[in-house]
Parts: sequence; structure tokens; C-alpha cells
Amino acid sequence: MIKSRLFWPILVLVLILLLNLFFDPGFFSVEVRGGHLTGSLIDILNRGAPLILIAIGMTLVIATAGIDLSVGSVVAMAGAMAAFVVSKPGLSDDSLVPLFTALALAIGLSVVAGMWNGLLVSRIGVQPIVATLILMVAGRGIAQLITNGQILTIYYEPYSFVGGGYLLMLPFSIFIVAAVLALALFLTRKTSIGLFIESVGSNPEASRLTGLNSKNILLMVYIFSGFCAGIGGIILSSNVSAADGNNAGLWFELDAILAVVIGGTSLMGGKFHLMGTVIGALIIQSLTTTIYSIGIPPEVNLVVKAVVVLIVCLLQSPEFRKKVLGGLKSKANRDAKGVA
Amino acid sequence: MSAKTPMLRMDGINKVFPGVKALTNVNFRLFPGEVHALMGENGAGKSTLVKVLTGVYASDGGTVTLEGKPIQITTPLEAQEFGISTVYQEVNLCPNLSVAENIFVGREPRKRGRIDWKEINRRAEELLSTRLNLNIDVTRELDSYSVAIQQMIAIARSLNVSAKVLILDEPTSSLDTNEVEQLFAVIRKLKSEGLAIVFISHFLDQIYEISDRITVLRNGNWIGEYMTKELPRLELVSKMIGKELDVLAEASSNKRIFKGGESFLQADQVYKKGKIQPFDLNMNRGEIVGLAGLLGSGRSELARLLFGADKSDGGTIKINGKKVSLNSPKQAITNGIAFSSENRKTEGIIGDLSIRENMILAIQGVKGWFRYIPRKKQNEIVDEYIKLLNINPPNPEQLIKNLSGGNQQKVLLARWLITNPELLILDEPTRGIDVGAKAEIQKLMLSLSEKGMSILFISAELEEILRTCQRIAVLRDHEKVSELENDNGITQQDIMKEMAGGM
Repeated sequence: MIKSRLFWPILVLVLILLLNLFFDPGFFSVEVRGGHLTGSLIDILNRGAPLILIAIGMTLVIATAGIDLSVGSVVAMAGAMAAFVVSKPGLSDDSLVPLFTALALAIGLSVVAGMWNGLLVSRIGVQPIVATLILMVAGRGIAQLITNGQILTIYYEPYSFVGGGYLLMLPFSIFIVAAVLALALFLTRKTSIGLFIESVGSNPEASRLTGLNSKNILLMVYIFSGFCAGIGGIILSSNVSAADGNNAGLWFELDAILAVVIGGTSLMGGKFHLMGTVIGALIIQSLTTTIYSIGIPPEVNLVVKAVVVLIVCLLQSPEFRKKVLGGLKSKANRDAKGVA
Repeated sequence: MSAKTPMLRMDGINKVFPGVKALTNVNFRLFPGEVHALMGENGAGKSTLVKVLTGVYASDGGTVTLEGKPIQITTPLEAQEFGISTVYQEVNLCPNLSVAENIFVGREPRKRGRIDWKEINRRAEELLSTRLNLNIDVTRELDSYSVAIQQMIAIARSLNVSAKVLILDEPTSSLDTNEVEQLFAVIRKLKSEGLAIVFISHFLDQIYEISDRITVLRNGNWIGEYMTKELPRLELVSKMIGKELDVLAEASSNKRIFKGGESFLQADQVYKKGKIQPFDLNMNRGEIVGLAGLLGSGRSELARLLFGADKSDGGTIKINGKKVSLNSPKQAITNGIAFSSENRKTEGIIGDLSIRENMILAIQGVKGWFRYIPRKKQNEIVDEYIKLLNINPPNPEQLIKNLSGGNQQKVLLARWLITNPELLILDEPTRGIDVGAKAEIQKLMLSLSEKGMSILFISAELEEILRTCQRIAVLRDHEKVSELENDNGITQQDIMKEMAGGM
């Protein structure tokens, strides 16, 4: 079991959750309150939804040995786009037309953003980090253009269902995550796309000589990453009933990359692990929750987060484990000999 | 001649890279006023030796002596200070600076703390005209001159640093015949001024035209030092590839007589500039055609054009009599062509993927994204080929990077056989694999050709080519020079003569 890639991330996740139990004995309890399931675990899933989504898209990009730095800005753009539609005064809560218009426009915009990244990378040959850096900067500008530099507040009730509503007693955002995850798993495991992504990421030249069209594969993963970030942005803006072009999704790209790495996908490209990524994102989210709930002073919480991430990454390296565990063993041997 | 003392000696040079012994006890002597050619196939250790001499790599043993004094060269800068200058194959200059700036960059003459531009231009002009017989406007951008002139400017730049030894690494590979003559005139002039020149080139004709002395390396070993006049070409080639002449003279057995078949592919004056001269090639069904030539003679380049791995600059390719364009591997594959590259690691295997995934990759590429071969069907196909090719370990989920070279090669063969190609191009499929796997692959080639597949077979081992091929095309200096029918009269020596040329 230790050999499974998911073992160490899951172990860390469990440890973090147990730590919470130590500080708050009621941490694991899930109650039904007002017809909804509530509790810290549900809360982590609900709040972690945007990050999980973005990290899923990021996983496929990283599997092609690329990176998408623009996801945070796409979150802001999608949120701004949707809010622009539904924050118009005088919208009736009875009509669902504004809701679907907002969703379609926001998702459409994020897909176009992903396509822009994908075209730069696959057709023009810009390095992924540079190509997506462009949109990382420009995207915030576009988001602010849409919101006219203001924070748009949403009063339209149907829109808040996306990020704040409940279905079958569970937060609706969990269902969205499940659907996107299912879509990603289907595309990568039930079609040949997953195989092609891993092949192009592992050895692009050999893939070309095997007749794969790596350009379309690259284009596809960036579009998918934009799509995921867009949905994440919608959930986020719906959750807080506002769109802030400046701060929505800020630093999300870094958390998403971390989640992918914690999940066991190498930044060098090749094999990817969607379930690992989901666990990774949950680790980051529960860490954030934990830091607040056990009262670590806010000024050190980034440091604590960094240390935990470092530990997870080190634990995943077989070489490191061998060194540390091997070192302990040989020390034990020496001590034993010394006694004898 | 023998009264001369060497200006520079390298004795017993060793260089080890992780897992590879790049140089083993290599000796090298340079005499003033001589052009010394360093010969060997790709990977023989020529570049490594040059890099040790110029301080790019530290040697793992051996001594370097310059004018009788032992020296230690640890950085390229030190090499320059000792008077050892190098001009690399690719011109290492700044295309957007002027000629004079390029020559003096980093050591500009100054007047009162400021760069003296007049002096730079005057000295650059003087240097080019007196030492290289080159009269050009030195204030123009480097980019505005031809590659040959740029090459000479690179030489001028290195000469400026009181050079004793000049190393020219493949200086002629991108020059045309006239430009080569121009460059040779400069080399002769510098030689007459007492410079010791190291000349590295794949072109045998040029070696015999310009060099006085030849050192041959093979697989990182020192084979010998010879006077060019006293070393016939054929002998040079046999020293480079490591086959004794008497062994080569041995007639090979096991000839097969071509049974005939209609033409599958015809290449007509296909070429790529700087890679391969225009060539014609006809591939019949059920025929194995061998491509012989020294490494770097253009064998792989020819094959890559037929597969669309590189785009040709001109010429036509017909398949079944119809003109086709082969601009990408994908197009070639849809036209029934398969290609297994000589660089198994970098251009063949996908290391992170399993045997199964590596095998089905090409056929899945043809089928596209949404016609995914069901897992059950994949397992059937893969099991069949693991059995057929005797792949070890017979576990489809094993990562291919953990397999031995021979087994990796078999997986790659399976990858292509699954696509059921009509023309199979195999570039050095038996290099670096054990004897057993080698024989299995040769046997497989024969049985495939009997079933009507045509095979283009590239190998450095002439014996292997003679044993399996009906026809042999020979390449020399990026040109297809002849085509031999493999009837019983042909020996390895005949092929070697063609490979060496100019007899």
C-alpha cells in the first residue's frame, strides 16, 4: 500500500484532519441543520471546490510539461463576466434567463482565454510559462474592464445557488466538482486523450515520430484548463455574491500547481494523477481551514503552509524516505552495537 | 618532418561520463605548420577530446604539454590564454553587431577610458586583410555577410588572441564548394605562418585535400596517428569503423535472391539542403534495401525525408505511382510508412509509459482521440506481439524504460507492425542490443519481407546488410553515390570502397 502514489498524500490529509480533532473534538461531526448537512468536513469540500476544479485542469496542462499561470486571472474574468450580467438592477428572481446567459458568457470567455493560451503555446511555440504569464497579467485587466474597476455586488438570487445552494442536503458546488472530475476521468481514461497527453508530455519528439498531433493535444489541455478555471470563478463569485476583478482568484495558480505536485504529478510532464490532485487540493484547503480554526496567528500562516507542503513533497520522494529512514536504522544499529 | 617537435601533446587522456567511458588513453600531437585531421565516426570521442583540450571538460587523467611545458587547462578562458582557439560548427558570434565589434568584443582598445572606435575599425580591417586576405567593410553588421565570411570572421576573432593552436570543428558543413575553397586558402595561409591547426570534418575529400596528418579515434579509443599521404582512404575507413581489411574481404554467405514485386515507393530527386543531396530511390514490395555509409554520411537524413520526419526542400515522392506529400510523420503513416529511429531513447520510446501503451500508441494515433481501442482488445494485441517477438519481461504493464535495449527495440518494432505498414524504415535497429535479439530482429525482417513488406534497413554493420538486403544504396558525404545489387559477387570491401570514394 505504501507503494501506491496516493498513500502519502492521503496520510498527510488524515494527519491534518486528526490534528483538528485534537483541537476541536467536534471537528468530524456532521449535523443536519435546516435540511442541509453542515460541519467542518463539508465546509472543506465546499470551500475547496474552486481549487479542486482549477487543479484538475492544471493537472492535464502540467502532464504535457506545460504550466498555466493564468488560471487565477481567468477566475476573476469569469466571475466578472457572470456578475456583469446578473448584477444589472431590476432583474427578477423568477426568470432564469439571466442565470444561463451569465453562465454561458462566463464559461465562453474562459474557454476563449484557454484557447488563447493554447494557440500561443501550440501554434506559435511560446513557452507555456511566458504565454500564460501574458494572460495572468492581461486577464486581471480584462476583469477590471468588465467590472469597470468596481466590485460588483450580486443581488440576483438564482445565481447564488451555484456556489451557495444545496442539492440532496449537500452543497451544490460538490456536484459541480464531481461532474467535472467525471468528465476529466472519462476523457483521459475512456478515450485516447489521456494516453496522448502522457505521451506528448513524456517525450514530445518520439510522440511526433509516432504520428501524434501534439499541437491539438496542447490546445485541448489549455482550453480545458481555462474551462475549469472559469467554472471555479463562477462558484467563487456566486459564493460571495460579488465579483472583484482585482482580488478574486489571486494566487490560485500557485495553490493549484502545489495541489498537482502534492498529488504526485511531475512538473516534467508525463504520467498524471487526477485523484492525487484532488487529494492535494483537499490538503491545501484543510490546511487553510486548520490554520484559521486552531488559531495560528495570521502572520505566520503562510510559513506553516509552506512547511507542510515541503514535508508532503519530501515524503513523496523515495530517495528522501530511504535516506531518512535508512539513516534512522543505521543509527539504531550503531547504538545497539555501542551497548553490546 | 620527423625532426620537428610537437607544439602540443596530449598523452593518455581519459574522460569518463556517468556510465560511459568517453575517452580511454587517447594521445594527440600537434605540430606547428601542419593541419591535423581528427577522424572518427559520430560518438568516437572527437568533440570530447577537443572539449578537454579547450577546457570545457576536465580530463580524468592524462597530461597536456604545450611547447615542452606541462599545462593544466580548466576553463575555456585559460585555453585562450595559452593560445588555443576554437571555431565551432555554428558560428558563435553576434549577428546584430558589426564585424569589427564582433572581433573585439570584450577586449576593446580604449582611449581615455572610452572605447576607441576608430582604432577598433582600423585594426579589424588590418587583421582581416593581412592575415585572411579578406577586404570587407568592417562597420557593417555581421548578418549581412555569408556564412563563409562569418566563419572567417570567427577565425579572425580567435586569431587575435596570439593563437598558437587553431581548432576548426566541422567548419565546412554549411559551406558550398566555392566557400570551402575560400576557407581552405585561409587555412593554408595560416599554416604557412606556423600555426598548428586541428581540422574536424565528415568529408573525406576535404580531409585528403587539406590535412597533413590524421589521428583516428574509435569508441573513445586511440587507434593511431598517420601521415595523410601514407594512409589510403579505404584503410582510413576501415580504421574508423573497426573492421580489418582481410576480414572484410571474406565473402558473406546466406545471399537471398530477389523474387520480384511491383514498386511501392519512388523518390525522385528528393533533397534537403545541408542534409542530403538530391537522390532517387525505388522501393519494391517484398524487398529489403540496405543503406550503407559512414555515420554522418546522410543515411538517417535520407530515411527521415521518406517518413516526413523532416520536410524535404524539393523532389517528388510517389507511392503506388501516385504523387504524395510527406510533410509530417502522420501523413507518412497514413500512406503506409513506418519509421523506427536510431535514437531509441530520445525519439523512440515513451519512457514513462508501459509496454502496452508504447505498443498501441501508433495505431491509436491513426484512429484518433475518440476511437479508443478497448482495453480488452489492447491486451489481446499486446499479448500477441509479446509472444511473437519474445519480449521479456512478458508483462504488458511494465514501464518500457525498465527494459533492456533489445526488448525496447522489439516493443518499438511491435508498435509499427501493429499499424501493418507497407514500408518499414529501420534506422540502426540492432545497435547496442545483444546478439540474440539481433538475430531475432534480422529473422523477423526476412519473414516480413517474404510477406510482401518492403524494408529500408540502415546499419553500420556491413555484414548485417549483406546478409539481409537484396539491394544496397551507398551514401558518402551527404550524397547517394551508388546502388549495388547484392548478388554473390559483392563483398564488404566493395561497399567500403564506395563509402570511401575517390579511389
